[in-house]
Amino acid sequence: MMLSIKNLQAKIGKKQILNGIDLQVNAGEVHAIMGPNGSGKSTLASVLAGREDYEVTEGEVLFNGKNLFDFEPSDRAAEGIFLAFQYPVEIPGVSTINFMKTAVNKIRQYRGQSPLDAVAFLQLMKEKMKLVEIDQSLLSRSLNEGFSGGEKKRNEIFQMAMLEPKLSILDETDSGLDIDALKIVANGVNSLRSKNNATIVVTHYQRLLDYIVPDFVHVLYKGKIVKSGTKELAKELEAKGYDWIKNEAALV
Amino acid sequence: MNTATETSLLKNIIASFNSTKSAEDILRQKAIELLEETGLPSAKSEEYKFTPITKILEKKINWTSTTPASSLSSINSFLIKDLAAYLVVLVNGKYSKELSKIGDLQNNLIITSFSEANASAKATIKSHLETVVKSEDSFALINNAFWQEGIFIQVLQNIIVEKPILVLHINDANQEQVISHTRLLVLLEKESQVSIIEKSESIGEQPCLHTFTEEIIVKESATFEYCKIQNDHGQIHQVSNTTILQATSSKVNTFTLTLDGKLIRNNLTIIIDGEQCESHFNGLYLLNGNTIADNHTVVDHQKPNSFSNELYKGIMDDNAKGVFNGKIYVRPNAQKTNAFQSNRNILMSESSTINTKPQLEIWADDVKCSHGCTTGQLDEEALFYLQARGIPHQSAKSMLLYAFALDVLASIKNENLKTYLDQLISERLHKNF
Repeated sequence: MMLSIKNLQAKIGKKQILNGIDLQVNAGEVHAIMGPNGSGKSTLASVLAGREDYEVTEGEVLFNGKNLFDFEPSDRAAEGIFLAFQYPVEIPGVSTINFMKTAVNKIRQYRGQSPLDAVAFLQLMKEKMKLVEIDQSLLSRSLNEGFSGGEKKRNEIFQMAMLEPKLSILDETDSGLDIDALKIVANGVNSLRSKNNATIVVTHYQRLLDYIVPDFVHVLYKGKIVKSGTKELAKELEAKGYDWIKNEAALV
Repeated sequence: MNTATETSLLKNIIASFNSTKSAEDILRQKAIELLEETGLPSAKSEEYKFTPITKILEKKINWTSTTPASSLSSINSFLIKDLAAYLVVLVNGKYSKELSKIGDLQNNLIITSFSEANASAKATIKSHLETVVKSEDSFALINNAFWQEGIFIQVLQNIIVEKPILVLHINDANQEQVISHTRLLVLLEKESQVSIIEKSESIGEQPCLHTFTEEIIVKESATFEYCKIQNDHGQIHQVSNTTILQATSSKVNTFTLTLDGKLIRNNLTIIIDGEQCESHFNGLYLLNGNTIADNHTVVDHQKPNSFSNELYKGIMDDNAKGVFNGKIYVRPNAQKTNAFQSNRNILMSESSTINTKPQLEIWADDVKCSHGCTTGQLDEEALFYLQARGIPHQSAKSMLLYAFALDVLASIKNENLKTYLDQLISERLHKNF
């Protein structure tokens, strides 16, 4: 098993957000996590990536058998976890190319591999650029600075392609995208899928799941997974909204 | 209590002047009289509000007019790698002919110490000295009264000096305390062009005080580039009063990099006394330990249709203290002036501080002026973003600080100088990515 989450509870400040999450993800699988606003979807993504604002109060997360909470955020990335941000940060003065070169080589260093030289790096970059249909001129610019919403998300997927993670967590990657941008992003994600890696797609809407087809769909409500199913569940949610889930949860 | 100590330092300064200087030197005599009237900055002095210089000097410096000798024989570690430059070296405020490398000059460029200047250069120095600086700053007055040596640079009309001129000040405080007072007088004739780098270094752990006065006259259509590097490793206290006078269609680029030292105060004044002038003045202060660095800048638009742009950035760590004060004056007839100013700061520790104050005084009504200052911590969200891509915390921090700092180098044209500055900045920010 790649990822095993047991009874995960977390809070931000005094506010409890995750109330005992259980989730298992195997290599080769795509899991969608859906749920109404404020249900804890983004918190789950952030906790897995190691954002410091959140305090884990209970539970355990094993990633390839290792306790995830033993690792700093950068080490989690080097272990193979990738978070595609809902709101990618703009960083003036750092080009995406330099940023990626540093990231790739820091991760290689962590894994005991020798750094890529300029030629090898450029070759890798060109190959991945094609995959996500991103232009080199964009990558020479300051990271995400002045990028459109679509360009930012495409840049996230480009970075994902460069780092070749084992587990990718896409946090609301569809938000702010028009249908064409959505297709490009989804194509990128799909072409990176393999039997060796896994993807968690966090989304509010079913729309993205037409393009990135999940093996499993989980519904998060009030910090717990209240329902799990296949892609049909996502369709049902699209048709009926979240109210019936809320009502069912209230009955339990 | 405070007043008493200030008075005693002032008394010592005046007594030392009276015992060593000849009263025949009218300029010096006038300066000391003025100093006696003005006094030294106190805790209440508006211009030194955040920089308790008198208190610190009172504690650290034993006022004397004697300069200790130096046994310094090699200056290689202070030079700028791969930079071909005319080299002028001063050690403990005295010109060192042995360490300087000026070479044979064509007769369209003069680089000389005041003491070794020939008769005609001496006459030019005499007719220009203290004509630009009207400063009432106490340390400008002290320098006027006590200066030991000066460097005179004159570039004749239409001459473009290819190699930069490096003026290197070394204070050797290995054996005893050093007090230096030096001057720089630069005359750029019409349509001439030169780049001057002034670099101060110090060695040894004894206290130092160095006052600098720089007077720079940039005539019509001349271009002046000026880079000041303050990287003293010792216990140096330095105050510089730099005034640049710009005539019509002239261009000025200045860059001030402050890294180390005990207390650094820079008074930089640019007087735009012509139309169609362009001035860019950038500064970067990267402070740690207990360093206090105070940049007071003035840009004085006296004529219409000129442009000035100021960008100062600072990163303060440990107990370091930064001060920035930027004055922009736009005089009544300086219409169509464009003047921009920005000061941005990052505080890295709980006990580091920055006091920043823009001051605009605009008498003309058809101008474009803007100013802004920001102070903050490192952006946590950006830090997490880099870490989430596998870049460890320390490297991510360096990367962000480096990106923050670097754009001030944009105006530096000499590639070797730029590389050197970049390297100093990288080292300071522990850049290892």
